[in-house]
Amino acid sequence: MSINLELATAGTRESRLGSITGYNGNLQDLVQQSHCGSLADRQRCFSQSSTCCSGCALGQLSGIRDVAIINHAPSGCTATAAGVDVLNAQLAVKRGVSNSTVYVGTDLNEQDTVFGAIGSLKEIVLETYRRYRPKAIFIGTSCVSGIIGEDVDSVVEELRNEVPVPVAAVHCEGFKTKIWASGFDASDHAILTSLVKPPKQKRNIINFKNFYESARDQIFELFANFGVEPLFLYQNSTVEELAGLSEALATVCICGTLGTYLGNGLEEKYGVPYVRTINPLGVVGFETWLREIGKVIGKEVEVEQYITKERAQYMSKIDEIKKELQGFRAVLGMGPGYTFEVARVLQELGIEVVWAAAWHYDKKHDNGQVPPALDHLLRNSPNNFKLSVADQQNYEILNILNTYKPDIYFSRHPGTTIWAIKQGVPALCVNDEYMIFGYKGTLNFAQSILDTIRNRSFEKNLAARTKLPYTDWWYQQDNAALLKEKK
Amino acid sequence: MAKILDQPRYKCSMAAMQTVHAITRALPILHSGPGCAEKLSGSAGSSGYFSPHIFPCTNISETEVVFGGEDRLKETIENAIKVIDADLYVVLTSCTSEIVGDDVEQIVRSFRNGKKPVIFASTPGFKGNNYLGHEWVLRAIIEQYLKPPTNKIKGLVNIWAGVPLHDPFWLGNLRELEKLVAELGLTPNTIFGHGHGLENINKIPAAEFNLLVSPWVGLESVKLLEEKFGTPYLHYATLPIGAFETSRFLRTVGEYAAIEQKKIDELVGKYEAEYYYYIERFADVFLETRVMAKRFTVVSDAQYSVALTKFLVNDLGLFPAKQYIIDDTPDEYREQVTRQFREMNYDIKAEVGFTTDGHQIQEEIQNTDFNGYPLIIGSSWEKKIAQKTKAHFLAVSWPLNERLVVNSSYVGYGGGLKLLEDIYSVVLTRFN
Repeated sequence: MSINLELATAGTRESRLGSITGYNGNLQDLVQQSHCGSLADRQRCFSQSSTCCSGCALGQLSGIRDVAIINHAPSGCTATAAGVDVLNAQLAVKRGVSNSTVYVGTDLNEQDTVFGAIGSLKEIVLETYRRYRPKAIFIGTSCVSGIIGEDVDSVVEELRNEVPVPVAAVHCEGFKTKIWASGFDASDHAILTSLVKPPKQKRNIINFKNFYESARDQIFELFANFGVEPLFLYQNSTVEELAGLSEALATVCICGTLGTYLGNGLEEKYGVPYVRTINPLGVVGFETWLREIGKVIGKEVEVEQYITKERAQYMSKIDEIKKELQGFRAVLGMGPGYTFEVARVLQELGIEVVWAAAWHYDKKHDNGQVPPALDHLLRNSPNNFKLSVADQQNYEILNILNTYKPDIYFSRHPGTTIWAIKQGVPALCVNDEYMIFGYKGTLNFAQSILDTIRNRSFEKNLAARTKLPYTDWWYQQDNAALLKEKK
Repeated sequence: MAKILDQPRYKCSMAAMQTVHAITRALPILHSGPGCAEKLSGSAGSSGYFSPHIFPCTNISETEVVFGGEDRLKETIENAIKVIDADLYVVLTSCTSEIVGDDVEQIVRSFRNGKKPVIFASTPGFKGNNYLGHEWVLRAIIEQYLKPPTNKIKGLVNIWAGVPLHDPFWLGNLRELEKLVAELGLTPNTIFGHGHGLENINKIPAAEFNLLVSPWVGLESVKLLEEKFGTPYLHYATLPIGAFETSRFLRTVGEYAAIEQKKIDELVGKYEAEYYYYIERFADVFLETRVMAKRFTVVSDAQYSVALTKFLVNDLGLFPAKQYIIDDTPDEYREQVTRQFREMNYDIKAEVGFTTDGHQIQEEIQNTDFNGYPLIIGSSWEKKIAQKTKAHFLAVSWPLNERLVVNSSYVGYGGGLKLLEDIYSVVLTRFN
């Protein structure tokens, strides 16, 4: 078992799961190497700016209602605070709830890097508590606090005796991992070790790990067919709700990358089953996922009835639009929780996946198994498509697009879509995690693909008037030219 | 006392990658952890020829923290030059690389005789905020890149104003300042934005003078330019918004540049006539809107706090409540910034608070009597206090999350009218 809740940190994905950010090959090779354990990371001799784990760690926690995030960091690390505040306000208004979560920083300066600032950290935590009376306090570390050796865990111990709410350290030093998803684990670790209490009773709740609950109403309706309610995590969750995660019937997740630590942690510690199927994107994914939920909660009959009903409504429409998508070729670049799932959906719609890039790759999840999406693709993919793992290395993607000239590119991360367009490839950003959810989502997605390919005005206009930032030399190289050989 | 950063309104000095980014075809190379650019530079309007995820970065990991990152930086610069087509490469250091102690200067020096210029600025986040970082990048360009001019170009004026990308109106404002200066018959030279790349940087030393339009940011740079190239500077501390300040701006710059008085008078006369044509037509709105009281507060950096306060007092006839400056203005500049709030019509003076603690600001606002609905101009952070106090609220400075600004400007005569449009578009959503 890779999860150890006795430790102060969740550890990085590299160390805990053997995850990698450098690979260039194909589907079969990657999955086979994952199974036999021979998969090794490859370094780059050139890289572009990526993303750090603290954004994921503190971003997840800051969605919880009425808590305080205190980032023990220089001012730049806290630059995301305003975005969090505005997002929280918008999402709370949408739900009709209030969210008083605050996100403050300790503004570490040069003197602090010499003399330490553990004293002022403590003062700031106490002052934050005095000002806002948060229901839990999460103290996030930073590169600076890590390198100068701030003993945040000891401060947390002291504070636990001084403030009457849970206090947790969130270890998310940016330099410790190249995989920003390690930050998801850091947030889950903090929740599991500081908020979740042992169960007193079982409740008809399914923990639903997601990002921003855009399909909330739809899923409430869906789960009502089976007599259960979803509890969406962590955006708009309350501290009380999180304390009761152990009482749920099961945990499900919209993204395997996001859910592995919490899902497996709750299963290992409290016996809450974690539904580990391919994700509910596309028809096959949705049905597989729903059937497994039905099995876990003993509602198989109801699930089959639901599937039959929905199929009657949607399948003919989906089949109709599939005819128009036949023969299109696609490249994708996303986190692994989406790349391999969306690749599967594209194949289901009759689109040829020519290259899939994942921003990292977990050769196993926290249950020790290869991610279900990969095994599924290995069994079902009509082609052994090319595949790379790169921490958002845009220069590799553009080289790939230039070589393979697909009909469409699928992105998911901020700032990555425009580059395909400038390269002359239509692009669709799959940013909402529920964009391809269920039958209707699949239909919407298929239609959006067609619309994207059929009106290329924006892309044509822009591409004709802009120059790409890469040199001719780079376009003449193989896209893996700057990936070093395995050590 | 510990310094709590509650509602951050500035970023760290490494956000000066935005200053580099604003120079067409100049590329920041980051010797930093993987997340710095994403956190500091990723906001609306940041994708261009380059964007934050295009910036080469050493993505410092534990290995570099333990063993040093000099080799990693060297190979990153070498490959950046091979892979990315830029005119100027600016290496920026970070908290991590500075604490680890990598000798960046020496590595950058090894690229001195290469085909493309490579310079560096030390910008560890713990050393100061992004207002200072902006200045440090300019210093790096001045000290490491610029060459003494063969001769000065008559009438050429370098214009320096707000911090690129951080100030949502930076480029629109800069373009308006250029237009005003050009109207005086001078030749403006700015280095930021479309079509103003290295060619304009190369012209900096040949300018007849530097025009700094800013309360304090940029002062170090124009002084350095004076020291290095003997270029004098005119420090105009107020971003000119509306007729009163813009006319004063034109007169001050015109007189400094020895422009014929008649020409200045004609120019000012022409613009004011047009400006007051609009004011005359819309005066009913300004005079008879029952929800608009007289008192306002600005919570912004020194640039906007000074400029907006002066506009609202000198043009619109409002009265300032306490004004707030949130850019952590260095102590040595605070007195001269404060002076700006004492030089207004009818000897009106505004109390001004320098603080970086948003909670404190908002508590004070809540306890202020605005004798009617308050007018609060600030950033996204002020939305909640505006709701609480039933204020008219307009966000103009970073963080600006719920408003898209492409190229609009508050500078000049037109800028004043634009600001009135924006303020009254909020005010008019209520009747009483």
